Amino acid sequence: MSGAVAGHRLSTRLWHWVNAAVFFVLLMSGLMIFNAHPRLYWGEYGADYDPAWLEIGADAGRGYLRVGEVQIDTTGVLGTSRTKGRVWNVAFPGWATIPSTYDLALARRWHLSFAWLLALGLAGYAGWSLVNGHLRRDLVPRAAEVAPGNLRAEIGRHLRLDFPRDRYNVLQKLAYLVVLLVLLPLMVLSGLTMSPSMDATWPWLLDLFGGRQTARSVHFILAWTLVGFLLVHLAMLLLAGPVGRVGAMITGRRRAPGEGG
Amino acid sequence: MARLLTRRRLLRGAGLAAPALLLAGCDRLGASPSFRDMVLGSGEWLSWRVHRLIGANALAREYDPAEMSPRFRTNGNTSPRAPEWQRHAAAGFADWRLAVGGLVEGPRGFSLAELRALPVRSQITRHDCVEGWSAIGKWTGTPLAEVLNAVRLLPVARYIVLHCADDFGGEPYYESIDLVDAFHPQTILAWGMNDAPLPLGHGAPLRLRVERQLGYKHAKFVMRIEAVANLAATGRGRGGFWEDVAGYDWYAGI
Repeated sequence: MSGAVAGHRLSTRLWHWVNAAVFFVLLMSGLMIFNAHPRLYWGEYGADYDPAWLEIGADAGRGYLRVGEVQIDTTGVLGTSRTKGRVWNVAFPGWATIPSTYDLALARRWHLSFAWLLALGLAGYAGWSLVNGHLRRDLVPRAAEVAPGNLRAEIGRHLRLDFPRDRYNVLQKLAYLVVLLVLLPLMVLSGLTMSPSMDATWPWLLDLFGGRQTARSVHFILAWTLVGFLLVHLAMLLLAGPVGRVGAMITGRRRAPGEGG
Repeated sequence: MARLLTRRRLLRGAGLAAPALLLAGCDRLGASPSFRDMVLGSGEWLSWRVHRLIGANALAREYDPAEMSPRFRTNGNTSPRAPEWQRHAAAGFADWRLAVGGLVEGPRGFSLAELRALPVRSQITRHDCVEGWSAIGKWTGTPLAEVLNAVRLLPVARYIVLHCADDFGGEPYYESIDLVDAFHPQTILAWGMNDAPLPLGHGAPLRLRVERQLGYKHAKFVMRIEAVANLAATGRGRGGFWEDVAGYDWYAGI
């Protein structure tokens, strides 16, 4: 086994699986918290009398999603849906939320305790990846990799579903870097900006996002951006051979190229 | 080959079943009081302690008049049913008195005029509801610290409980805060809002403003303030109405 095909480090495997569970809990408890006030605003303040740029609601038994001026009927999924044999007027349906029936207090408990796992895990993993060289060696692309010609070639290979099996390709590196160093830190910071106590302690949070309600909107948009990453991540996993890849993320051992999965 | 197929089938099965199982598992765990309090309560405890460690004296942002919400919605009860409050409201709170007692050296009452005679503070701050909305308004009132200094806390006092005139289904509203928040300069007993007397719907004659916590901590229709050593003997023992009946976190700084 040459250096290039060395498997995932223990820190990577641990963080990956802890995050998988933490992401699941944070996303679904977050959707329940959103259900308590399914309207999003820009700026510092925003409540029922103020204009919302996004709203999920129900009107005369029909569920709707409105973004700006555009409104679509979402009956059965968003705004009004069926859980445990009953129709509920909730923004996100019971199958997408923790807990599955409306309980803001409990959703907050899930969210605000698991958020600590996300934040501490992120800080620990990013810090350790800097120390052990994972960031520099495996994630930061080399200059030649980000050359336009190579990026074009890599995109072409992706379109032909031809993925390298022994190393991270440049698109993969960029995606992981953006998640690790941009999306997840912004997720933590926009979450903290919704805390009135943290806004007092770190007033720069409000300046960074341009207000608490903007931070809430950003938090929502980032959550769905991460869902998008997860879907692509899972699609790539299926295309690249899930058995070997999932095994490698569990055991740290990697199969040699051509050995199935 | 057979082994590979089995593993692949196993993975696919797990992939499909995992979300449903996890969701059902989360519902069951959340319904367990010990998991709820000990595991999921750890986040609240950690946030409270860390916030006190890194920013016990930090001030909430104060805004310019131009940044205020055009219209500040009310929330919770807007007109208590208690006959005593109704009588005072009808009389314009002329002979209403705030009772301050518990673990203090000199328990006494304060009329609105007596409260106004103490140092006054005005602040334009953002009110953040636990549900997610925010509104910015101007609050004028007497710092809670001034009232507590006037009655002198006993050394064993650890929390300040605010007893309110309103109730939900006969269960009275109350809230409590620690002494860090009680003596914080922006923690005021507000009798004015947006340069007018505090409106009935916003908690007249007196409401708490505890600017670094969420809306449900800002008790409205405050009738009595009590200094206590612990929260066990008040209400159902969790430090507030919503904490008692719905499991909301007592520390609502996040």
